[in-house]
Amino acid sequence: MMIVTEQLKKVYGKEKIVAVDNVNLSVDKGEIFGLIGPDGAGKSSIFRMLTTLLIPDGGSATVNGFDIVKDYKKIRHCIGYMPGRFSLYQDLTIEENLQFFATVFNTTVSENYHLIKDIYCQIEPFKDRRAGKLSGGMKQKLALCCALIHKPEVLFLDEPTTGVDVVSRKEFWDMLKNLKQMGLTILVSTPYMNEAALCDRIALIQSGKILSVNTPEKLVNNYGETLYTVTGGNMYKLLNLLRSYEGTDSCFAFGNSLHLTLKYQTKKDTVVAYLQEEGFKDAAIQETIPGIEDCFIKLLKTN
Amino acid sequence: MIRSFYFILEKEFKQMMRSKGLVRMLIMMPVIQLLILPMAANYSIKNISLAVVDNDHSEYSRTMIHKITSSGYFKLTSFCKNSKDAFNEIENDRADLILEIPHDFEKNLVRENSQKLSVQINAIEGVKAGLSGGYLANIIADFNSDIKTHWIQSQGPDEAAIVSVAPINWYNRYMNYYLFIIPGILVTLITGIGMLQTSFNMVKEKEIGTIEQINVTPVKKQAFILGKMVPYFVLSALVFVIGQIVSYLFYNIHSAGSYLTVFVGMCAFLFSLQGFGLLLSTYAESQQQAMSLGFFFMNILNMMSGLYTSIDSMPMWAKVMTGSFPLSHFIRVMRMVMLKGSSISEVGDHLLIMVGLGIVFNTWAVLHYHKRS
Repeated sequence: MMIVTEQLKKVYGKEKIVAVDNVNLSVDKGEIFGLIGPDGAGKSSIFRMLTTLLIPDGGSATVNGFDIVKDYKKIRHCIGYMPGRFSLYQDLTIEENLQFFATVFNTTVSENYHLIKDIYCQIEPFKDRRAGKLSGGMKQKLALCCALIHKPEVLFLDEPTTGVDVVSRKEFWDMLKNLKQMGLTILVSTPYMNEAALCDRIALIQSGKILSVNTPEKLVNNYGETLYTVTGGNMYKLLNLLRSYEGTDSCFAFGNSLHLTLKYQTKKDTVVAYLQEEGFKDAAIQETIPGIEDCFIKLLKTN
Repeated sequence: MIRSFYFILEKEFKQMMRSKGLVRMLIMMPVIQLLILPMAANYSIKNISLAVVDNDHSEYSRTMIHKITSSGYFKLTSFCKNSKDAFNEIENDRADLILEIPHDFEKNLVRENSQKLSVQINAIEGVKAGLSGGYLANIIADFNSDIKTHWIQSQGPDEAAIVSVAPINWYNRYMNYYLFIIPGILVTLITGIGMLQTSFNMVKEKEIGTIEQINVTPVKKQAFILGKMVPYFVLSALVFVIGQIVSYLFYNIHSAGSYLTVFVGMCAFLFSLQGFGLLLSTYAESQQQAMSLGFFFMNILNMMSGLYTSIDSMPMWAKVMTGSFPLSHFIRVMRMVMLKGSSISEVGDHLLIMVGLGIVFNTWAVLHYHKRS
C-alpha cells in the first residue's frame, strides 16, 4: 500500500463546512488511482492533506508508510506534487525552473534525467524561454518534469488536465502510463469523466464523501440496469416530457442525446409509442453501454 | 541547509535582476528624491507677502519698513491707505501679514519713549504664521535697539543697559539645513526598499502560488526566508552608498564620524527593518494587502521618527512608541555620527536596540510562517 487514509476529515472555517468527510482510501504501489468528482467535491483538500500542506482535523493517513502528521518531513522527500494551478516561477526559464527544483531536493537534473526524458525532450527546444511565456500544454509538461526531477515514489497530480486542449490531454495521459511502467504510484484527480476510464482504479467523490471505489470496468459492469439513448426532436421538450412520464426511472441530457433508464415493468416500445403520440415523430430509442458519468449520476441519486 | 540557502539565493538574485525595471527604479528613485526633496522640505520661510499701512509717513516709519524689506524674508506686496484695505489683501490671499504703523509713531516714540505697532497674521499655515511673526518681531526688536543706540550716542549714557546674545550652533555651525535633513531623508529612502520590497517579494510567492510548490519540498523555512531577504539587503545597502555619494557630490555633506560606524548602523537597521517587512508579509495574503499595511506603517514611521519633528516634544506615549521604531534609532545614529562625529560606542545603545528589535521581528515572523496550515 502506497497511500492509506482512514476516516480522513477536514473541516473549514467557523461555519464548520465539511470538505472531506471520513474518507477511507487505499492506493497500491504502481497504480494510477483517479479521484473523480465535480468542483468543490473535496479533491484538492485530500491532495493538500496527503502532500503535508494541510493538517487534517480527524482520522489518519500514511504515504509510503509515513504518517502525514508525524513524519511529514520524510514524506516531502518522496513525493512529487503538481498543484491545480500552475505554480512555477514565471520569471525563470524552463531550464532554470527544472534546475532549481532539482537542487532544492539535493539532486541534479542529469541524475534523474531518464525519468523526464520523454517529456522534457518535447519542451527542450524552448528551454531558454521563461515559464510565464509558455502555452498551457507546455507549462503542464514543465510542471510534471519539476514534480518528477527528484525521483519521487508517489506523484500527486491535482487536476493536471484542467484547461488543457484535447490533444495535450491525451499526450499527458500517455505520459502517465509511461511513468507507471517505471514503477511510480500516481494519484490523479480530474473533473472529466472520460479520463476516469484511463485510471487503474477510481474513487467517485461528492461533497467530501467517497461514493464508490472500483476499477472503471467493474464500475460500468455493476451498473445493473438497461440504459437507453433517446434522440429526435427538441431535446429540451423531450427531456421534460420523459421526466414527467410515469414509466421513467431517470432521464438526463448527455451530449446531443438523452440517457434514459426505465422502471421495471416498462417496455422500450411503449415509450416510443408514447413519444410519437406526443408529437415526437422522429423519436428513436436505442440500448447503450453505460459510461462512468452514468454510473456517477446513478450513485449520486442513490446516495 | 546551507546548500539550499545558496540555491534559493541564486534564484532570488536571478529574479531580482531579471526584473530590470524594478532594479533601475529602486536605484534611480532614491537618487532623484534626494536631489529634489531637500530643496522642498525646507523649514526656513521666505517670500512672506507683507502689506503695510503707514499712518505716520515719518522718517522712523520709513526706516523701519526699509529694515524689514531688506531682511530678505519679506516682500512688500502692497501699501494700503487704511486697515480695511489691508485686511482685504489678506482675504484675497495677496498678503500673509499686515503691519500697521499708527499716527504719530515717531512723535510718541521720541516723546513718550514707547509706541505700539499692530501686526495681523494670516494663520492658515500654522508654521509659516508662527515663524513669520517671529521674524518680524525680531526685526522690530533690532530696530528698537538701533534707535536706542542712536540715542545713547547722541544723548550720552542711558540707564538701560543692552544685553546681546551671541549663540553658537555646535555640530552645525551655520545651521546648514541640508546637513540636518539629508541623512534623515536617506534613511527613509532605504526604508522603502528594505521594508516594503522585502515584504512584497515574500507575498508574491503566496500570490502566484509558488509557495505551495516550495512548501512540499524539504527546504527549511529559515533557509527560504533568509534567501529572500539577502538580495534586498544588498540592494538597500547599494542605494544607501549611492545616496551617500550623491549627498557628498551635490550637497557637500561628509560624515564627521567614521563611515564604518554609519555602515554598521545601516546593517543593524536593515536587519530590524527587513524583519518587520517579513512580519508584515506573513500576515498579508496578497501584494495589495502588503502594500496597504506597508504604507500605513511607512506614514507613521516617517512622521513620528524624528525626521521632521522633534521626538522630545511629543507626548509620553508617542515617545515610547517611537522607541520601538528602527527608523527613529537609525536617524539618531546617522545624525550623531555624521554631524557630531560620535563613535560606535556612543551610538551603541541605539545599535543594540535595533539588533534587539530585529531579533524580535525576525523570530516572530519565522514562528508565524508555516509551511503547513
